[in-house]
Amino acid sequence: MRKYTPKENVQKKSYYTDRYWVAPRVPREEVEAGSHFADVVKALGRKAKESYVEVGQLVVHIKATENFEVIKTLKEECGYTQCSEQSAVDYLAQDGEFELFWQLLNVNEAKRVRVVTRIKENEAIESIEPLFKSANFAEREMFDMFGIKVNNHPFLKRILMPDDWEGHPLLKTYPLHGDEFAAWYEVDKIFGKEYRDVIGPENRDPARIDRYDTKRFSRVGYEVPFGEDISGGETENPIEYSETVLVDYNKESGKQLGHRR
Amino acid sequence: MQQPNKLTPFFENLNFERDDNTMVINFGPQHPSAHGQLRLVLELEGEQVVKAYPDIGYLHRGIEKMAENMTYNEFLPTTDRLDYIASTSNNYAYALAVEKLLGIEAPRRAQVIRTMLLELNRIISHLFFIATHALDVGAMSVFLYAFREREFAMDLMEDYCGARLTHSAVRIGGVPLDLPNGWIENMLSFCDKVEHELEHTYEALLTENRIWKMRLEDVGVISAEDALNWGCTGPMLRGSGVNWDIRKEEPYELYSELDFDIPVSDRCDSYGRYRLYMEEMRQSARILRQLVPMYKKSEPQLMAHAPKYISAPKEEIMTQNYALMQHFVLVTQGMRPPKGEVYVPTESPKGELGFYIKSEGEPYAYRLKCRAPSFFHTGLLQEILVGTYIADVVTIIGSTNIVFGEVDR
Repeated sequence: MRKYTPKENVQKKSYYTDRYWVAPRVPREEVEAGSHFADVVKALGRKAKESYVEVGQLVVHIKATENFEVIKTLKEECGYTQCSEQSAVDYLAQDGEFELFWQLLNVNEAKRVRVVTRIKENEAIESIEPLFKSANFAEREMFDMFGIKVNNHPFLKRILMPDDWEGHPLLKTYPLHGDEFAAWYEVDKIFGKEYRDVIGPENRDPARIDRYDTKRFSRVGYEVPFGEDISGGETENPIEYSETVLVDYNKESGKQLGHRR
Repeated sequence: MQQPNKLTPFFENLNFERDDNTMVINFGPQHPSAHGQLRLVLELEGEQVVKAYPDIGYLHRGIEKMAENMTYNEFLPTTDRLDYIASTSNNYAYALAVEKLLGIEAPRRAQVIRTMLLELNRIISHLFFIATHALDVGAMSVFLYAFREREFAMDLMEDYCGARLTHSAVRIGGVPLDLPNGWIENMLSFCDKVEHELEHTYEALLTENRIWKMRLEDVGVISAEDALNWGCTGPMLRGSGVNWDIRKEEPYELYSELDFDIPVSDRCDSYGRYRLYMEEMRQSARILRQLVPMYKKSEPQLMAHAPKYISAPKEEIMTQNYALMQHFVLVTQGMRPPKGEVYVPTESPKGELGFYIKSEGEPYAYRLKCRAPSFFHTGLLQEILVGTYIADVVTIIGSTNIVFGEVDR
């Protein structure tokens, strides 16, 4: 029987896992009373479902529908005037959800808050572009990489991948070297679909070596003419050295040696 | 109406034939002042830009995807390819993020060497900026002089790590090597040289140059509010009068012990940013000088001692069985950091370079997001280019100092 390989997460896995290994967790601290972060949590009120401090930054979990109001409160009441980063994490295989985060920065207090929420696979999220222009590109990238739709974005379009690309590369179901569409994309684009048989799918593994490829690989001691078909096997060519370069000085005929003798 | 065929492909969302007076042109991706792979679609009315649309992705290699398929140590050389002008700052930002996740700290000497390399990379990157920016604007000789000094700095990097551009000079938990003999003396003489050249060559050629001032002053004006709103960081933010430098505000490495100033300009234009870059190079040279006595006082340990995550020094691996076993497991399986997420910002020469890492306790990162400053600076182009003239577009692109390795990732 063929070995079962799960399709919902095709990313590389460790070849060995200890059954009894329980990974520790990065410590999560309570929000200290009276600190700046405590004021932030207070300003958010009931909208903050869960809040803790992880590696010096406040993490606030919120409801996905309230992301705009929460970030607006953070910007207008708590002084978080920059959205450094926003993206998603794919948890479709485990929970059928995406985890979204917004990384906000308060320049005056030198504090950072991460707002975290979760949405289901086909749900959309409200754009925060009216609050932070930096979300314009960040949300487009999120849409491109995960296929998460963003409501009320001014120009939601693929940003890094070509417009006619199929699939979203950062999903866990998407293989590292691309899927079948990726293998034919450039062939179809440059030569046309009718050349598929002539050219074949694109090799998208940069580390692949084909020993029968006589156009790109050389074989020391087994040299063949460029482009020759050697799928039937290659013959050994013993290495021949040029006579003119190597002079055997032990021979009687060796000019200088003979003279000295 | 476009009629696409193989020779004239369909241009997405573009209407080249228009009823009004405007014209659409493609600026790049093969334009020399597009700094690599930027395709900028400009709608022009005469010579004035009405609409600008930066199109990126021509250098997209899927580095974030690769991070999910590599162990933490395997991924480190890949970070060289983000901002390839100053690779060590990427290596460092990534290594620091993983160290924060693991909860370890590099030993003192490693910190000194890292700070030296970071500042040296800042000088390399800024010299590159001034060279290409001047070349874009039309000052050819500055390019030649700046590249000459940059070559000396790259020689220093080569002496340390053997590579000129893709350094990989930082490891998770420390640095791989101590400084070679005579490196510090060379570095100090390089500092003298840079300071001398700054004053007598670059600034003498540019600062009061009439053409340079005409081309740069009041070009690419960004208000402080806009700069924050668009996610600008680094010299782009300080050039708009916001005093924000992560080295001062959220100090990492040795920056809290060092004495240096953060130049801020409230001119908000390209000229102010140019002055900032010059001043930052001076401050970097100042930091480099302060690090020399710190290096001499430090203990020779180079890698943090954390046997769960980091291999022991080579002597121990060769002589002690347990260290060899640890090393074998760490090389074949990779380190398994604790579960959790971390976002660590650092001040790279271009701005805030941050790594968000989500770990599920596996040797492969569950998600790695690289917050690249140039990505957001490219986004800003669609706003600040509107209303400018096409000759200023080149100045503004040069002034944002974007590098496409980290825009596209």
